[in-house]
Amino acid sequence: MTSLRTAPPVAGARIIGLGSSQPDRVVTNDELAQRVETNDAWIRSRVGIAERRFAADTDSVVSMGADAGSKALADAGLAPTDLDAVIVATCTMPNPIPNAAAQLSDRVGVNGIAAFDLNAACAGFCYGVGVGSDMIRAGSARNVLVVGSEKLTDWLDMDDRSVCIIFADAAGAAVLTAAETPEEVGVGPVVLGAAGDLVKTIGIDEQNYLRQEGQAVFRWATTKIAPVALKAVERAGLTPADIDVLVPHQANLRIVEAIAKKLRSEGARDDLVVADDIVYSGNTSSASIPMAIDHMRAAGRVRSGDIALLVGFGAGLSYGGQVVVLP
Amino acid sequence: MASKEEILPDLASIVEEVAGVDASEVTPEKSFVDDLDIDSLSMVEIAVQAEDKFGVKIPDDELAKLTTVSDAVDYISSHS
Repeated sequence: MTSLRTAPPVAGARIIGLGSSQPDRVVTNDELAQRVETNDAWIRSRVGIAERRFAADTDSVVSMGADAGSKALADAGLAPTDLDAVIVATCTMPNPIPNAAAQLSDRVGVNGIAAFDLNAACAGFCYGVGVGSDMIRAGSARNVLVVGSEKLTDWLDMDDRSVCIIFADAAGAAVLTAAETPEEVGVGPVVLGAAGDLVKTIGIDEQNYLRQEGQAVFRWATTKIAPVALKAVERAGLTPADIDVLVPHQANLRIVEAIAKKLRSEGARDDLVVADDIVYSGNTSSASIPMAIDHMRAAGRVRSGDIALLVGFGAGLSYGGQVVVLP
Repeated sequence: MASKEEILPDLASIVEEVAGVDASEVTPEKSFVDDLDIDSLSMVEIAVQAEDKFGVKIPDDELAKLTTVSDAVDYISSHS
């Protein structure tokens, strides 16, 4: 029997660049309160958001994602043509065809490479990093751009206060590259899953509007996600005390705090840095994790070499997490 | 089955931990929302902790019916 040759395996992957992109328009809680029955104090207490960014008509999943991707490439010191693959995690493309990734790769300046979209909603970035890292490990690619980009406002009923106060638009990106030695590996094993039995709690309705059962999702996220994060820590061969930075999907500040509290009760340090980018960015689905890291880095809250625990969760209900070393 | 007298102090300490309401304020006649100023998300957190503590299931639709502290104590008492 003929045997097929396979690529020589690589030790693993590491992140060497990050970038993010937000639309210019800041939307305050007071502005939303002019449209729906709500107020600044109510929004801050329920979801922890002070303001968010809404895209212009000219902004798209592709344009924001390309901007974030170009910044991540520059941060990595790579040329677009160094890339072997582009993975775009998104759940808000206006149409399923064509995908975002091929257009995005052209916009950042490269064609003829692997380019595909991945829909795991708010868990999309962790799924994307997992898939990209595994492609590198298997020898299918050496440099992979993973982008999370969402234009959620295309799908928001601005008269539904349970969603319009929460969601926003943005993109975040990371460049993964091959780690030649085990010591260089900076992306831990990914933990992935989906609770399809809870699918009805988040979705697009017949009017093409995003709806969610906030209370049910809150219960799920505050009880089922910390164990996913802890499993990712264990699979990376670490303990919670080794984690410097916790970056949960920025769904709701109270969910973020609940996950952090659980991790601290399991041994995470008191000085654990916890991402709270939702306060000024809203919930941007797959963009939230890379953008939160990028913003924390710009603010000097995290450093190169920090060990970060990422965990995403959202519609599906999908979830995923991994430990990474920050570039 | 836990007695109501046993449930109340444990429930009160859960409410204090989750919502920052002094446990001594958590008395049977109080309404969670109107008197103790506890919102629906904190109610979910209280329910989750009560489930662990008392070995009961408090689904969201049942949770919505628990208006007062005594409603919660009665529910836990009859389901644990």
